[in-house]
Amino acid sequence: MGFTKRPTFRVERDSCRCIDCGVCVRQCANEVHYLDIDTKEVLCDSTNCSNCRRCVELCPTGALAVWGAPQETSGNAAWAVHDIRAIQAQANSGGILLTGMGSDRPMPGYFDRMMLNASQVTNPSIDPLREPMELRTFLGRKPTVLQLDDKGKPVDLPPQLELDVPIMFSAMSFGSISLNAIKSLAAAAESENTYYNTGEGGLHRDLYPFGKNTITQVASGRFGVNIDYLNAGAAIEIKIGQGAKPGIGGHLPGEKVGQGVSETRMIPLGSDAISPAPHHDIYSIEDLTQLIFSLKEATEYTKPISVKIAAVHNVAAIASGIARAGADIIAIDGYRGGTGATPLRIRDHVGIPIELALAAVDSRLRDEGIRQEVSIVVGGSMRHSADVIKAIALGADAVYIATAALISLGCHVCQKCYTGKCNWGIATQNPQLVKRLNPEIGARRAANLLRAWKHELKEMLGGMGINAVESLRGNRLMLRGVGMMDSELRILGIKAAGE
Amino acid sequence: MKRIRIKEEYCIGCRLCEVHCIAAHGKYKNDLIKTFKRDCNRPSPRIVIEEKEDTCFALPCRHCREAFCIRSCLTGSMTRDPETRLVHNEVERCVGCWTCIAACPYGAIVREGRHTKIAAKCDLCGQDPACVKHCPNDAIVYEEVGEDDHYDACNHR
Amino acid sequence: MLREGDIRIPSGCAISGFINRKGNTVSGEQIIRSIALMHERSNGLGGGFAAYGIYPEFRDYFAFHLFYENHAVREETERYLNKNFNMEMGGPIPTRKTTGIRNLPLIWRYFVKPKLELLYQDEMNTNEFVVERVMEINSSMPGAYVFSSGKNMGAFKGVGYPEDIGEFYRLEEYKGHIWTAHGRFPTNTPGWWGGAHPFTLLDWSIVHNGEISSYDANRRYLEMFGHKCTLQTDTEAITYIFDLLVRKHGLPLDVAVAVVAPPFWNEIDRMPPEKRAIHRAARLVYSSLLINGPFSIVLGSSRGIMALNDRIKLRPLTAAEKGDFLYVASEESAIREICPQPDRVWMPRGGEPVIGLLNDQALQAEEEEGMLHMAVGERTSRS
Repeated sequence: MGFTKRPTFRVERDSCRCIDCGVCVRQCANEVHYLDIDTKEVLCDSTNCSNCRRCVELCPTGALAVWGAPQETSGNAAWAVHDIRAIQAQANSGGILLTGMGSDRPMPGYFDRMMLNASQVTNPSIDPLREPMELRTFLGRKPTVLQLDDKGKPVDLPPQLELDVPIMFSAMSFGSISLNAIKSLAAAAESENTYYNTGEGGLHRDLYPFGKNTITQVASGRFGVNIDYLNAGAAIEIKIGQGAKPGIGGHLPGEKVGQGVSETRMIPLGSDAISPAPHHDIYSIEDLTQLIFSLKEATEYTKPISVKIAAVHNVAAIASGIARAGADIIAIDGYRGGTGATPLRIRDHVGIPIELALAAVDSRLRDEGIRQEVSIVVGGSMRHSADVIKAIALGADAVYIATAALISLGCHVCQKCYTGKCNWGIATQNPQLVKRLNPEIGARRAANLLRAWKHELKEMLGGMGINAVESLRGNRLMLRGVGMMDSELRILGIKAAGE
Repeated sequence: MKRIRIKEEYCIGCRLCEVHCIAAHGKYKNDLIKTFKRDCNRPSPRIVIEEKEDTCFALPCRHCREAFCIRSCLTGSMTRDPETRLVHNEVERCVGCWTCIAACPYGAIVREGRHTKIAAKCDLCGQDPACVKHCPNDAIVYEEVGEDDHYDACNHR
Repeated sequence: MLREGDIRIPSGCAISGFINRKGNTVSGEQIIRSIALMHERSNGLGGGFAAYGIYPEFRDYFAFHLFYENHAVREETERYLNKNFNMEMGGPIPTRKTTGIRNLPLIWRYFVKPKLELLYQDEMNTNEFVVERVMEINSSMPGAYVFSSGKNMGAFKGVGYPEDIGEFYRLEEYKGHIWTAHGRFPTNTPGWWGGAHPFTLLDWSIVHNGEISSYDANRRYLEMFGHKCTLQTDTEAITYIFDLLVRKHGLPLDVAVAVVAPPFWNEIDRMPPEKRAIHRAARLVYSSLLINGPFSIVLGSSRGIMALNDRIKLRPLTAAEKGDFLYVASEESAIREICPQPDRVWMPRGGEPVIGLLNDQALQAEEEEGMLHMAVGERTSRS
């Protein structure tokens, strides 16, 4: 027995405004809109609508709207619509439920319950429009003691990434997103002097010119990894896990593996690219040391090595181990982190919030006296500049953004990345769709986003009477919690508002 | 000298250029809804999307330096503005013989409207082309070009 | 109500200080007059002084000044001191009854040397040993607080207007070649005497005007290296920063200044390569020790004084010279009060240190007697 597929969203066409121009027909890869041959009218069938809002945005007369389908509110508090739907889908397919982007469940967020400080009377706030305000950030291992030679010159420091703004574009592979999307981010990273991350999909030859703003990733599938790849970027990241799917590897369906992806990943055309869940040469912490130092040897100690993990229960101890294993940067991805494709249950139920993970890691590294030896980068749903600044106050050196970056390129968070039919030309390899993202526009918009956040960061820093971002790093006195339990305040290392 | 340039690699075939071109040249200037719902003699688009399989691009008049349409025009209505170097059709003299439509190698000249028997072509909307303004992907750009870059249909056979 | 140490209290302040670079000593009467002139910059909730060269007869001994809440804790602390140190002399610090000075703790002074056998046992150098013991007393003996622990120097402080504190401690009876002073304007009552300035560690002393916005970033970095910020005051943190950079890490004073009040990056980027390298390295390695937000400080040591503003000069600081004397103060009037016609008066720029060191003869006289470590720094036996 099967069930007829019902629409999740309902497309509404205002016939008073619709001019039957057919733009929506041509733009919907899900074939929701169509031209009726008999009446020459443009009509729609909402069944396959993903709420990507491409038609809504491009409709020249504003005739379209997309709503959540109203008949779907069951009124049953125990059995939510999405639970019932999931069971029906699994009863049909017998398979794992796939989804895209980060978790959309209403789990508590801690950023929203932390408030920032501002100067009043006893010290002055600083006006970033009139005074210098510094966001320059260095990522990499710092020595505990600055060693000077006999002539008073500083002894060479370990390699560092230098960022004009403490925000980087997080790992998104070529394959999961289009080349035009990556080109947009790479160019934005270059213009704003920060970094983008290749993800596990190798480095397309068109992207080599952006090498100095590139972090190349080495993941369990080792796709596209060769010595040119390792040397091409400014840093190398070993991906152990990611927030959207801790404990499992990536899966790129064969349909997305076209000529470009196949060449870049160094895999046969049309074959599934399946990353193993663990690195099969890392079954323990000492194995990680070996990989870190293999990569350092291969690149002659010229690049910082980052290790990216998902925020899981024991994250503080794991991070401490990673620092001691020789990593220069630890990237931690919270449970809300996004992805191109992930099993729904893993996305929504595995991992811990990034705020708690970050606070725990920063505190632990300080307790052990090794915080300065690694930089901490966090990601997993950094929605705006206030999230960024709160993350820094909790102890992060910089943040990774990915979903926010894609939204700047046009993504409307419809969570259907895994279908490869992204109408915005982002999470797709279909050439017709890919060309919808003009990388010149993309680069401009992503760079605008960074610049806008940069201005906001400066405003907030200035309000706190701080004119260099490093003075906020780990400065938890600048945060107060509202509506939190004592245990949460303790882990975050902050006081309650009013204290 | 500014001209429209087409970036084929970013044309997504949405035809918003056509839609806005129609409205820009209709009697309800730039009002899409009235143009499409009330004007039964609304103009033809002077920019057309050419589409075949994976390829699509917009095609407006290129204002060729040596233009076939001017050479072939029976009445001399198709002329070049000495100042702007734009090719334009003086509607008072146009008799709707369609020689220019036949002569244009790009198919960039169209009939003005269903009930209007004169030729129409891109006039760059008075230096502010509607197609450029409304292209969602910057696949049609309006930019400065040198005299040499100016596409010459007659010498390009 | 929480007392200072359990809560962070913002303060505004007046500071003043001077050095005679030849090492000639003057009585405490001058510095009291200077700080008293800035009476309205403090609110009667804290005042204090540091003086160098005041204990020539005990110059080889660490002079410990302690506050006690009662005699029981005094006896307990003295047992601890006797276990760790050889004590040359101990007793209450002489004071006089002064109106405006109330709620006195017991104020005692000891001249001590670490027990050699313990030094060898712990493989520590003397300073390291003293710092550890001071931290131990201050963090784990409630009711006892070491507020001065250097050689041939001492801090005198309490709750009250600085001129009353000076009178209370009978400072006109002491003669020193460096004097610094502080009048405090805390926003709420500190509840006890420990939070007053100067804050000291070994022979470092700091008087400070400001509220550091980077406090928690500084504190959490310092605590990684064993400094326990028990008072939650900026001054304590600043003292520990200089202690870490100059004493423990052996950095020259100018590099320490480049850490705490660095030039902006766009200025560093324009520097000649060698200078740029040191500034870049200093900011990069010690980014958590940048002191952000408004401050003016006078750092005292047995070698001399250094006055410094935050890098965008959000607090007042004026300097003046007359002969062998170098003066610094929050206000020019406080200098002119005791030196009506200075040879030169100037306003140092943000991040530009004013340094007054004892000259070679004066230093030699000092050096023959003891260990000095301001400009060159001193590496610990461990590093």
